[in-house]
Amino acid sequence: MKRNLENKLFDKKLVQMAIRQSFVKLNPRLMFRNPVMFTVEVGTVVMFFVVVGITFGDTTQGSLVYNLLIFLILLLTLLFANFAEALAEARGKAQADSLRKTREETPAKIAKSNGQIEIKSSAQLQKGDVFVCEAGDIIPADGEIVEGLASIDESAITGESAPVIREAGGDKSSVTGGTKVLSDQIKVIVTTQPGESFLDKMIALVEGASRQKTPNEIALTILLAGFTLVFIIVCITLKPFADYAKTPITIAAFLALFVCLIPTTIGGLLSAIGIAGMDRALRANVITKSGKAVETAGDIDVLLLDKTGTITIGNRKATHFYPLQVADLEAFVQQCVWASATDETPEGKSIVELAKTQIKNLSPIPRQGKNGEARFVKFSAETRSSGVDLPDGTRIRKGAFDSIKNLVEKAGNQVPIVIVDKVKQISANGGTPLVVSQNEQVCGVIELQDIIKTGIQERFDRLRKMGVKTVMVTGDNPLTAKYIAEKAGVDDFIAEAKPEDKMNYIRSEQAEGRLVAMMGDGTNDAPALAQADVGVAMNSGTQAAKEAGNMVDLDNDPTKLIEIVEIGKQLLMTRGTLTTFSIANDVAKYFAIVPALFIQAIPALQGLNIMGLHSPESAILSAVIFNALIIPALIPLALRGVAYKPIGASALLRRNLLIYGVGGLIIPFIGIKLIDLGVGLFF
Amino acid sequence: MNTEILGIILIYLLSLGLAIPTGYYIARVYAGQKTWLDFMQPIESLFFRLSGINAQQAMTWEAHLRAMLTINLLWFLWAMFVLMNQGWLPLNPDQNPSMSPDLAFNTAVSFLVNCNLQHYSGETGVSYFAQVFCLMFLQFVTAGTGMAVCATVFKAMQARTAQDLGNFYVYFLKSCTRILLPFSIVLALFLAYNGTPMTWEGKAQLISLEGDTIQVSRGPAAAMIAIKQLGTNGGGYFGVNSAHPLENPSYLSNVAESIAIFLIPMAIVFALGFYLNRKRLAYMIFGVMTVGFLLLVIPTVYYEMQTPAIFQKMGIDTQSGATEGKEVRLGTAASAYWAIATTVTSNGSVNTMHDSLMPISGMTALLGMMINALYGGVGVGFLNFYVFIILAVFISGLMVGRTPEFLGKKIEAREIKIAMLVALLHPLLILGMTALAAYLSANQTPMGWWFLDAEGKSLAGGAWLNNPNFHGFSEMLYEYTSSAANNGSGFEGLADNNPFWNITTGIVLLLSRYIPIIGPVAIAGILANKKYIPASTGTLQTDTFTFGLMVFAVIFIVAALAFFPALTLGPLAEFFSS
Repeated sequence: MKRNLENKLFDKKLVQMAIRQSFVKLNPRLMFRNPVMFTVEVGTVVMFFVVVGITFGDTTQGSLVYNLLIFLILLLTLLFANFAEALAEARGKAQADSLRKTREETPAKIAKSNGQIEIKSSAQLQKGDVFVCEAGDIIPADGEIVEGLASIDESAITGESAPVIREAGGDKSSVTGGTKVLSDQIKVIVTTQPGESFLDKMIALVEGASRQKTPNEIALTILLAGFTLVFIIVCITLKPFADYAKTPITIAAFLALFVCLIPTTIGGLLSAIGIAGMDRALRANVITKSGKAVETAGDIDVLLLDKTGTITIGNRKATHFYPLQVADLEAFVQQCVWASATDETPEGKSIVELAKTQIKNLSPIPRQGKNGEARFVKFSAETRSSGVDLPDGTRIRKGAFDSIKNLVEKAGNQVPIVIVDKVKQISANGGTPLVVSQNEQVCGVIELQDIIKTGIQERFDRLRKMGVKTVMVTGDNPLTAKYIAEKAGVDDFIAEAKPEDKMNYIRSEQAEGRLVAMMGDGTNDAPALAQADVGVAMNSGTQAAKEAGNMVDLDNDPTKLIEIVEIGKQLLMTRGTLTTFSIANDVAKYFAIVPALFIQAIPALQGLNIMGLHSPESAILSAVIFNALIIPALIPLALRGVAYKPIGASALLRRNLLIYGVGGLIIPFIGIKLIDLGVGLFF
Repeated sequence: MNTEILGIILIYLLSLGLAIPTGYYIARVYAGQKTWLDFMQPIESLFFRLSGINAQQAMTWEAHLRAMLTINLLWFLWAMFVLMNQGWLPLNPDQNPSMSPDLAFNTAVSFLVNCNLQHYSGETGVSYFAQVFCLMFLQFVTAGTGMAVCATVFKAMQARTAQDLGNFYVYFLKSCTRILLPFSIVLALFLAYNGTPMTWEGKAQLISLEGDTIQVSRGPAAAMIAIKQLGTNGGGYFGVNSAHPLENPSYLSNVAESIAIFLIPMAIVFALGFYLNRKRLAYMIFGVMTVGFLLLVIPTVYYEMQTPAIFQKMGIDTQSGATEGKEVRLGTAASAYWAIATTVTSNGSVNTMHDSLMPISGMTALLGMMINALYGGVGVGFLNFYVFIILAVFISGLMVGRTPEFLGKKIEAREIKIAMLVALLHPLLILGMTALAAYLSANQTPMGWWFLDAEGKSLAGGAWLNNPNFHGFSEMLYEYTSSAANNGSGFEGLADNNPFWNITTGIVLLLSRYIPIIGPVAIAGILANKKYIPASTGTLQTDTFTFGLMVFAVIFIVAALAFFPALTLGPLAEFFSS
């Protein structure tokens, strides 16, 4: 089953669900969480009683139709705000559900201690249970392989069709529920309680009830509540002011002024924005453990990236053969191929591949000879070289310069100066030299180069403009690291990195007040993942790594961090811009409603009616209608997020202030006037 | 160009020209660097020895506030004692009586909070002893208090991660000895030279050309007028303040007093730039303040210099503008300029009758106090502006996609809560209290003891108004706005020396003095304690034109728009009706 990552904004089913929810959310106990909209609800209830009063003969409040309309528009304002939140929730849930569906009701084969197999439903699996999966089985729950190795199809989660290898021990031991075993058999221990997996946590995050507000959201809610209070004061004090000026003001007019002035636009969309942010993360195939993590991602100053897989494509590739004597190229290539014949590492394979493009007819390794069979020497940490002993007794070795030099000099031979120079030259160019020897005599050098991913420079450029410093982490020597760092355009690098180096780097950056993000998969990454402000664990990584980080990337894509940072920034920006828009709207609304309140008693105030609105009733209705309609009009923006442009903070502020500040100032003048042209026909 | 207008441009430019070096000097004083007034050191040491204060002791922001509130309480008790007993205390040649408790409360509070509302008249209401040892003393120390808390905030803004914000008493004492005192001496000498009295003798007598005997009040005026202008106090020696020919004898003295209104409020902004070594930030703040000031002063000067609408209808050209309530020796332009200068800075001294201002000018004067951060009171003006910066940083920080930061410190929920409380207080007090007064007036509520006439007969609410209708509403709005802004100027035309106005404005004064000091100091103190985050290209820069625009928008929407309905019923209704 493939997940639908790009569903439409207004999916019919989701919209229906959201409409239902909009009514459920009118419950004052739920509404209370949002102070701005709660006050609107109180106003709506008051308006309801005014309408009831008029039907029973109260004549002081104006016509029934006008009051009824105000009541309905206020109710609609509430419903629109609820709809925005409900739609965001529905979309988030739909995403999560499609993930969750993959793992529901899968039979699990529990391996009992007596060796028997018992079939259980995946829902009944407890932490610590061990189950068995064979080729063709769907893995019933998240867990860690304790025995065996298997190729697994993770496309259900990642959308990537190429199978991956997972095996017990090491950093690739984690399996995810819902993925399919393609070959072999594995024993897996369940690592999470039912209902406590990362996915369950994520689903809880998008569901309104258990959603925790993030720090910035709390601060913004306080700000909005403050504004609301200011306008409560403005509206309540207006009553004695009006009494003094002998201008009676109807309850409808009071409530209209109040609802228009308080920041209902941002108040109504605030929670939808937060949920949509999490939803965008999920859409990017990132599971976050808290909403705060997404927000923090927007603040990241330093990004730690592993070289391999992130900056460079997989592993190094052979790019050149340099024989000791130029004329001996063919023989040298032949030696290299033989030495790499059983080398299963990507580097080894790349040597054979390169050789095939250079020499037409390579001879296979002579299997039999006077000394018996060819004998392959595997790479060992001691010799740090590998190779082959040919049946004729020829010993071919390849390895790092130091190890071959060691080998050669032990036998009493010298390393030719040309070779030493070549090795230095290759290193300086960011390559990795592999030296090849035959019978303890150096016969040439193979150059391996890192292939830098296309487009990576542009991404680092983008990050730099966002104010994020990129740091490459690599096991390479400083010389090579520097070369690649420069070529890829990263700002800093950690060469010959050990796990504790990462940790120390993170700590020192944090001590200077910077926020650090990193990505990791191994158990030895876990402390650093925990230390980093945003730690993204790969889904293929060990359980320890996943527990330590605050996000899990289902795609195992190391460049995902860049997207996460942008999602975080978008989240904050959307809140900021809509707040600005909402508050800027007040100017026009003041000019629509305030003259309307007093014009009958003080006709001279017609001079303030700069929009030339038709009548007081029409002005008030137009302002309230505009105020209500702007909420659904902005739902797409709230859910998609304001586009982030890495143009530097000042330019970004200028841009957003122009669009949302100046726009927010002008649009309501036009909108209210247009609505008034229509409403003015009736009132 | 009109010489009157040239005159006020010159006054402004002179203020600006003097404010920059003064700012540099103030920054050096607070940074504890060498200045040419270091010879004051032994006197300061003497004060510390006598009071037993350890000047070296570092204080947290809470300790700063405790110290500030403690000495303020002592001054309040002293002021109450003097005002209620001045009748028998020495230096009372004119035999002025002791104050009633409610007037003493109002006067003590209003001088304590650097407002100087003055529900009494200087000539008949206070003795020389009270003028000098109570009122003038408070004019020095309350200005010093405002500057000292401002220095605390400067120190907090500079701190990377620190609790220690210097010693409050040192900031306070140096504000008095190094800044207020020497500047006041220079101005007082200048005024005395221009004809302002400085004497301990009682009323002078003169016989006019008509042969009438006239009693002329005098006293140690020059000294008090200097500090009332420099310390944004505004409490004049004489009842009509700087409109009085002895308080402000000539155009030249008017120039000097006008400059004195702006000198320290402007200099504080530049001092911030020098102190933090962030000159661009200071220019941004100064720019926003100046734009706000110009937006208020230009229409005011325009409407005051124009023939009032009512004369235009009658076909009369008054030539010199709206001259009612203005001093001919000063002219309409200089009077209009002063009206705005004194309201934006929370100074409150007046050289013209604000009740006679044109409706639009009345509104701009009100707006100056409603915003209360365009230059603002000495020290406290910057604190008010600081709150607006925090709010602007928060909204614009979000707009650039980062948790908002100001000078490397994160702005979080707690700071926003405090900032919002402070921002809320101003409309709450102004609108809430005006609503109360409007309610009492509209219903003509019997006021009982709260409002008695001279014969002790109880009057109804609203009887305190000389002008009913819109103008009366403006008078009440102005009185509470002036109190909440700690400004002290009055629209007048309001019978305000009675328990109702004395006590309600007194409460407004206290709340609106101390909460807007406690708030910003707390925010700055909390921020100082936070981890410093180095700036990157993603960090919002607060010293740019764009950010200045944002601060301006926040000020306009938060501070000004909340008062729009009230202004509509007051000056705007009057304007459109005339």
